[in-house]
Formats: sequence, C-alpha cells, structure tokens
Amino acid sequence: MPTGLRRNRQHTLHRFRIWLFLSPNGAPFRSCPMYPTLLLEQTLNGFTLGVMLFLLAAGLTLIFGVMDVINLAHGSLYMAGAFASAAITARTGSFAAGLLAGVVVGAAFALLLELALIRRLYTRAHLDQVLATFAVILIANETVKILFGPQPIFAAPPRSLSGSVELLPGVLYPAYRLAIIAAGLLAALFLWWLIGRTRLGMLIRAGTTHRQMVQALGVNIKALFAIVFAIGGALAGLAGAMAAPILAVQVGMGEQILILAFVVVVIGGLGSVRGAFLAALLVGLTDTMSRALLPWLMRDLLPPAAADQVAANLSSVAVYLLMAVVLALRPRGLFPAHG
Amino acid sequence: MAEAAAPAPRVRPDGILALGGVCLLAVAPPVLEALQADYLLPTLTRMLAYGLAAAALDLVLGYGGLVSFGHSAFLGTGAYVAAALLHHANRGTPVVAWPFVVSGTSEALIILPAAAAVAGILAILIGAISLRTRGVHFIMITLAFAQMVYFLVLAVPEYGGTDGLMLPGPWRVGGFPVQSDAPRYWFAFVLVLLFMLVAQRAIQARYGLALRGARQNERRLLALGYPVFAIRLLAFTLSGACTGVAGALLADVAMFVSPDLLSWQRSGELIIMVVLGGQGTLIGPLIGAFVLLALEEELSAVTEHWMLVLGPILLLCVLLFRRGIWGMVSRAAYSG
Amino acid sequence: MRMTRRSILAATAALPGLWLARPALAQSEVVKIGMITTLSGPGAALGADIRDGFNLAVKHGGGKLGGVAVEVVVADDGLRPENGRAIAERMVRRERVQVLTGIVFSNVLLAVAPVVLPVATYVSANAGPSQLAGEGCHPNYFNVAWQNDNLHEAVGQYLTQRNVRRAFILAPNYPAGRDALTGFKRFYKGEVVAETYTRLDQLDYAAELATIRNASPEAVYIFLPGGLGINFIKQYAAAGLRGRLPLYGPGFSFDQDVLAAVGEDALGCFNSSQWALDLPNSANLTFVETFEREYGRLPSLYASQGFDAANLIGSALAATRGDVSDRAAFAAALKRADFASVRGAFRFGNNNHPIQTIYMREVVRDAKGRIVNRTIGVAFQDHQDAYAAQCRLG
Repeated sequence: MPTGLRRNRQHTLHRFRIWLFLSPNGAPFRSCPMYPTLLLEQTLNGFTLGVMLFLLAAGLTLIFGVMDVINLAHGSLYMAGAFASAAITARTGSFAAGLLAGVVVGAAFALLLELALIRRLYTRAHLDQVLATFAVILIANETVKILFGPQPIFAAPPRSLSGSVELLPGVLYPAYRLAIIAAGLLAALFLWWLIGRTRLGMLIRAGTTHRQMVQALGVNIKALFAIVFAIGGALAGLAGAMAAPILAVQVGMGEQILILAFVVVVIGGLGSVRGAFLAALLVGLTDTMSRALLPWLMRDLLPPAAADQVAANLSSVAVYLLMAVVLALRPRGLFPAHG
Repeated sequence: MAEAAAPAPRVRPDGILALGGVCLLAVAPPVLEALQADYLLPTLTRMLAYGLAAAALDLVLGYGGLVSFGHSAFLGTGAYVAAALLHHANRGTPVVAWPFVVSGTSEALIILPAAAAVAGILAILIGAISLRTRGVHFIMITLAFAQMVYFLVLAVPEYGGTDGLMLPGPWRVGGFPVQSDAPRYWFAFVLVLLFMLVAQRAIQARYGLALRGARQNERRLLALGYPVFAIRLLAFTLSGACTGVAGALLADVAMFVSPDLLSWQRSGELIIMVVLGGQGTLIGPLIGAFVLLALEEELSAVTEHWMLVLGPILLLCVLLFRRGIWGMVSRAAYSG
Repeated sequence: MRMTRRSILAATAALPGLWLARPALAQSEVVKIGMITTLSGPGAALGADIRDGFNLAVKHGGGKLGGVAVEVVVADDGLRPENGRAIAERMVRRERVQVLTGIVFSNVLLAVAPVVLPVATYVSANAGPSQLAGEGCHPNYFNVAWQNDNLHEAVGQYLTQRNVRRAFILAPNYPAGRDALTGFKRFYKGEVVAETYTRLDQLDYAAELATIRNASPEAVYIFLPGGLGINFIKQYAAAGLRGRLPLYGPGFSFDQDVLAAVGEDALGCFNSSQWALDLPNSANLTFVETFEREYGRLPSLYASQGFDAANLIGSALAATRGDVSDRAAFAAALKRADFASVRGAFRFGNNNHPIQTIYMREVVRDAKGRIVNRTIGVAFQDHQDAYAAQCRLG
C-alpha cells in the first residue's frame, strides 16, 4: 500500500508542521487536536501546572540556597495550606479568607518547624535532615488524619471565578485557572522584587553565595533563616490554598507534588529562584504537552490500542527524561546559584 | 573510624556481641520450632533481606557519604528480575526475545547473579549522572530517578502493573527446590553472612580507605591522584547490585512482587534502617532493619495511628542518638 | 559509665527476647475475624468505611454475629501488598484466625490470597480481581461485593440502552484501569471516540479535558479511583463541561466519600452501583439510619459492603453454630447467602461471586440539601460476571 503509506507520512508531516505553528494555507484543522487555539489552551494548561510547581519549588530552592537544608516536609506545608484554606472557606464562606488562612498557616507551620526542629539541623549532615523531615511527614500526615479524618475534604471554589473567560473569539478558558496563573506570576514578581530590590533580598543573595561572610559580618543569621523559612512556607501554603478547589484535599497530597517540585528544583539549579521559575514552566509544559500530543502522534505509528498504551507510558516518564537530559548536559541545573 | 583502624589489643566486647548475634541467627530455625514460634521465620527472612539491602546502602551512605534516596529502584529491580525469570520459566516464554533470546529459569544460582547484574547496570547508569553532583542535588536526583524506574515498571502490563506479579513457585538452589521456611531462611542467612565478610574485607582494604577518604576530604584524594569519581561509581554499583540481590530474596520470601518495592517510601525506610542501626557500620543496618520492621509490625497491630508513634521515635533518634543502636552499643563496650 | 554500658548491653540482648515473648493467644469460644484493610495513605477512607460498616453489624448483634460472639482484629495494610501479606501470615499462623475479610485493593488481596486460602476462609468486602473469579476461583474465597468489572459493564450496558453513540473513555494506566475500560466496552455497542490512559499520580487533567471538548462525544466515562476522581470531577466542572456533556462513572467515582469532597461539582453526574442510599428495603433503611446515627456521616458503598460481609459471616456462623474449623461446612453455609443484604435480593454464582441487580444513580441534592445519589434505573437484572464460566467450582 505505497500510496496509503505515503499519504500517512504526509499526514504526519502535516501534523508536525501544525505543531510548529506552520499551518499551511492558514486553515484550521478541526479534526486535528493541535490546531492553534487548542495549542494555546494546552499551553495555558501547562502554565497552570507550572506555576503551582513554582510556588512549591521557590520555597524549596530558597531554603536550600540560603541554609543548605533539604526539607522533605515542604509537601506537608502545602497540605497544611490546602486543609486550612478548605476549612476556613467552609466556615466563613469567603474564598479570600481561606486563601489568607492557607498562606498564614503555611508560614506559621514553617516557622514552628524552623524554631523547633530545623534550627538544630543546620550544622548536621544532609542525611539527618532527610530523616528528621521524613519523620515530620509521618507526624503531619497522621495528625491531619486525626483532625480531619481519612476522607478527602470539600474545598469550595470561589463563586466569582467559576465561569470561563473568552480569550480569543471561540476560545473559552476557565477563569479560576487564569487566576492561578496570575497568582503564580504575582508571586514570582514579588520574589523578584524581594530578592533583587530589598535589604532582606540582598542578605538572601549574600547568604546563598557567601554564607560565612554574611555570618562574619554580624547579620542576625538566625532571624534571616527563620524569615526565609517562613517565606517558603507561605508560598507552599499559597500553592495548597490555590490547589484546593481543583485538586483532592487529602492526607498525603503533599508528597505527590513534592517529587515533581524536586525535579523542578534540580532542573532549575539549586538555590536559584529564577531557575526554579523557568524549570517549573518547562516541567509543566512538558507534562501537559506530552499527554496532549503523544497519543495523537503515536496513532500514526502504531495501531490505536497500542498507541494509547505506549503514549501513556512515555508521557508518564517524560518529565524525568527531561531531567535526565538536562542533568547530562548541565549537572548543576540550568542556573546554579552556587559558583 | 579511628577505632576500627587501630590494632585491637584484645578481643573486643562488641565483637563478641556481634558474633553472639550471628550464632543466635544461625540457630534461629530449630530454636523457633522448639518454641512453637516458627511462624516467625518468614518475617525473619524478610528482615534479613531488608538488612542486606540496608547494609548495601550503607556502603555508599555511611562509608561513601553519599545520601542515595533512590535505592528502592535497585531493590525493586532485583525483585522484578527474579519474578520475571521465574514467571517466564513457568510459562515457557522468553524474557527477552530480541536482539538475543533470554529464557526464564527457576535456578536461584542464576537468578541472583542476574538480579545483581541488572540492578548493577541500572546503578551504573543512574550513578554516572547523579555522581557528578553533590549533597542535596544528589539526594533529589537519585529520588527522581527511582521515581522514573517506578513508572517504567508500572507500565509493563506483562508484569501486572500496580497489581504486582505472583511468583509461580519457589526457586531451586543447585537443582533442589527450596520449599519450606527453614532452608529459605538459611539461604538468606548465608548470603547476608557472605556479604558481611566480603564487605568487611573491602572496607579494610585500600579501596575502602580511599572511599572513606573521599568522603572526608575529596580534594586531598584527588590531589593524591585517586580517581574519586570511579571509586564512588564502583561503590554505588556494588551497592546497587547487592541491593538487587536483597530484592530477589524479598521476592522469593513473599512469592510476590509489586511496584510498592520501588516506591520512594521504601528508599526512605532503607535510610531509616541504616541510621537507626548505626551508619558507617555493617552490622548496624542489619539491626536497624530488624528493629524498624518489628516496630512497624507491632505498632500497626496496636494502633491505627502507629505513624504518630514511629515519627517521634525517628526524630529522637536523629536528635539524640546520632550513632544509632550499634554505634551506642560499641561505644558502651569501649568505654568500659 | 559502667552502669550505662551494662544496661545498654543487657537491653540489646533482651530486646529480641521481648519480641518473641508476645503471648500466644489462648483458644476460646470467641470466633476471631481478621480484618486486613487500608487505614493509612490515600485509600484510608475506603478501609475506614468497610471497617465501620462491619463493626456496625457486630454492634447490632451486641458483640455477636449470628448469635456467636466474635472478636474483630483490625490491622492496617497501608495499601502495601507486602504489609498485607505479613499481617495475613501473622493472623493465620500466630493468632490462628480462620475467617478474614476487609481488604480494599486488588493488589493487596492478590498478595494475601495464597497465604490465607489454604488454611482459612476469606470474604471479600471490596476487591474482586478477575484472577480469583475465573480459573483461579477458590472454594474458600467469597466476594460479597462485586467482580471488579461489574460496575463498568453496567455503565456500558446503560449507555447502549440509552442509544448513546459516541463515548470518550478514560482511566489510569494500570491493570484495574485497563480492566475497567475493557469491562465497559464489553457491553457498550456505540463508538469509542478515544480511550485515554492517564498517569496514576496525575494531578492536572486540563490536557485531557481540552481533548475531550475538542472530540465532542455524547458521553464521557471515567474510572478514576479516590483522589484522582476528585481532581477530575472538580476540573471537569471548572472547565465548564458539567451540565453540557454528561459524565458517567462507576459507583466508586461518585460515592459518598467523593461527593463529600467535590460537593456541587458532581451534581448531574451518573454512576452505577449494586447499592444505593435510597433502596427501599427494610434492611437498608435500618442500616442507613443507624450508620448515620453512629458515625455522623452518610454510609458509602464500601460501608454497605462491610455491613453485608459481617452479616454474611453471621449467617454462616449461625448455621454452623460458630464452628469455623470445618471449613467445607462453613463455606457451604456462606454460599447459601442466607441473610438480608442491604442491596436487596442477592445470591452467589458458581464462582462465589454475586449474581445481582446493578442500578444507575444520579447525583442530586436531596430534600435536606445534602448531595447524594438517587436511583434512576436498572442497568442489569441478575447480572453475573464474565469469568464465572472459567471457574470449575460446582
């Protein structure tokens, strides 16, 4: 069947061309899942996931950069934020109050953690930090289970953001997802201002690159560390609160997203907030696009049942493959903070 | 470290204790049978297997100073290699059909080296990328790679995905099927003992000194002309291979493998075993495995909220007993 | 220092002894029932419901089932097959438990079955893997809930009845997910627009939702257990698809535990179940009322299965006067299913799996303003699973 084969190949090329924005004669292809408006939608979807990951990864990377601490319990801060916002939203009926509660609880929990435990671990080996924060995960999960029960709890979405926004004629996008992207970008902007334009940020930058020097200059390093930890906690709490209306609020939700956040931190380069931002978007896009595109590309190469299977398998490791490739080329990540 | 290197003037108390423990383990099956507690044998075999994995992890973690948070990848790989070989031997189908044919087998003396080899090769691949980094980077990267292996295994429908894979029957050792609990236990015991003896020699040898030296002062070792990267990669590979053997043992005890063995929580548990028992020792991780598994099993029978008990115990260990159980015991032995 | 040294050494030597010295429990008139279930991790809500349903039945009987005093020994498998297996070994070998139940997930059950079935009876209150329904069926294994495919088949059948021509189907990429979609397709005669497999740890379904909208099917069928389903349903509503494109699922995806977490976002969705809150038989009325009074929440499908499992065991205990050691007689008594199931009529097929009616339910807001399932029709009468023919039991 040479003609069929050729047609098939042309079809594939055609799809690739559309994929690369090179739509011939500009006509939209209804049957093809990647015509430009859909591409726009999927890109936004990738950004939503990306900014959520960024909110977590930013805290992780800051805490590492300034204090050289690995905090496995960062996912627990996220969980605390989600539960707090769900509970407060349910009690007050106001999503804004819930959001605030998520941020405050995230920060407070982080501060408590720093004062009671992490503070004792700064001079310890990373191994001790891994173990201690692993223990915190166990305790936090079990405590939440006792407080809220094992069932996932309800988190109301904000009414004002329940509709969709028409981005382009005929392209509707959920308002809440746009709000997530906006919140993530605001947080990124805030961090950029904080780190680049304030005295605190100067200390953070100095702490990341010349730790001993900062200590020697008489900066209150204890307070600085506590503040950085609280900022990380607030961002994780914000991520949890933003995620609550679209993700299951349940025990163990933190660990699921934590590993992806680790991947982001590693790709971005430890200690670099800018790297975390770009890496988060990259990971979000890779994840979303591999799920959107692979089934459709595979269907040209394989019989439909096998194609779905292979595509699902490939997309489940896409993010990790991305990490392996980045690390093979740049072992310290895209923007390493430590020289 | 200093104590270990110093010549021993007399028989050391902790040495006697260790020897006593080994003797106790060696006679466990008849003793348990006499006590009518032989139902504990599979549990003890499981503990031995986990102990082997933890001791293997300690090679890189305690001696090499490299915190691998991805050792479940090797544990699970070993288990799945064993399961796959047994599964295909039972079905009469090849494990690999292309580019060359590998058929299944139920002979443990082939299965264990195969598990070690596959896990070792995986360790080389993961190590080659991860060992270029240090500290927290290394922790996160090994974790992420283990996660990737988890998803890859999950994706093979032939081996049951999340349902796991039931082993068709026990393996044979030198042609004899290992049917009952006691021989299975002794087989695991001998393997653990062998590992301990070989590892002990390796650690005392020049290679072991170089590995420990690289942990304490990498620059000096580099300056002395030691290939630090290669030394570490070798340790990582050996550790991965031995962990793979432990995984194969686990598969045989349970007659079942599941992706749970590959999950990141298993990596965490292995680390806990090492630290609980005492890092930088060979016997410590074995003790850690026994204690952690016994704790988990007993606590989960007592309360549904057993994690709320285990968590604080771990915290106390990290904060107060940094040397772990064996570390404390041997210190107590010396101080007298 | 001497004291410390000696006490540490002594303690080290004594510890293994303590562990061994755990007293072996004496045989008594009380029948022990081992409940291995998932009480920690993401599946904890399901295990807790099964346990609570089971305990409610024991409580109804004043600590007895079928007039025989029982002791329920609960242990948490943490959704780890290996743990489940270790617990089962302890229960059947150390504590001589002869009746077991409670496992939520098929992977745990498959690891436990080889340990338990040769020496004890197992009554499944949830998991029903095909491995134990077909050739691998066992005289000492009973499933009081369903075979895993049943509820999926029901939705396929219902959509065929309703003449739905284009369906988009989606499940996680794992055996139960693939089985689910196979079960669905077994009875669905229309066109499957796309069969999508998602990741088992997937958080965001935006990519799939965009693909769904673009494919414009007449119905969407999902099988996404637990948190995955909650994520999907919330995002389905947020994407504005709810109300425009009917969403179907098995009962697991829309049961009380999920509804409590997603709220209004699930309104108008359809699902299949062998049980429903509003089934009018008297056993069910009592069950729903007492469960809510006892635990302060509405019972779920899983709770109903736990309750039924207890009453089934009770019926067999009554018939054998509490003698579980004659396992053939006990199994024969179980097989009669001589108890008032909360789902109404029900009997065992040749493979010890149910032959039962499967209903369709719709998520609605009830008179009290609660979000619940309402029965809207019947997908199957007296439905038996597809594997029964391969089972060689009488």
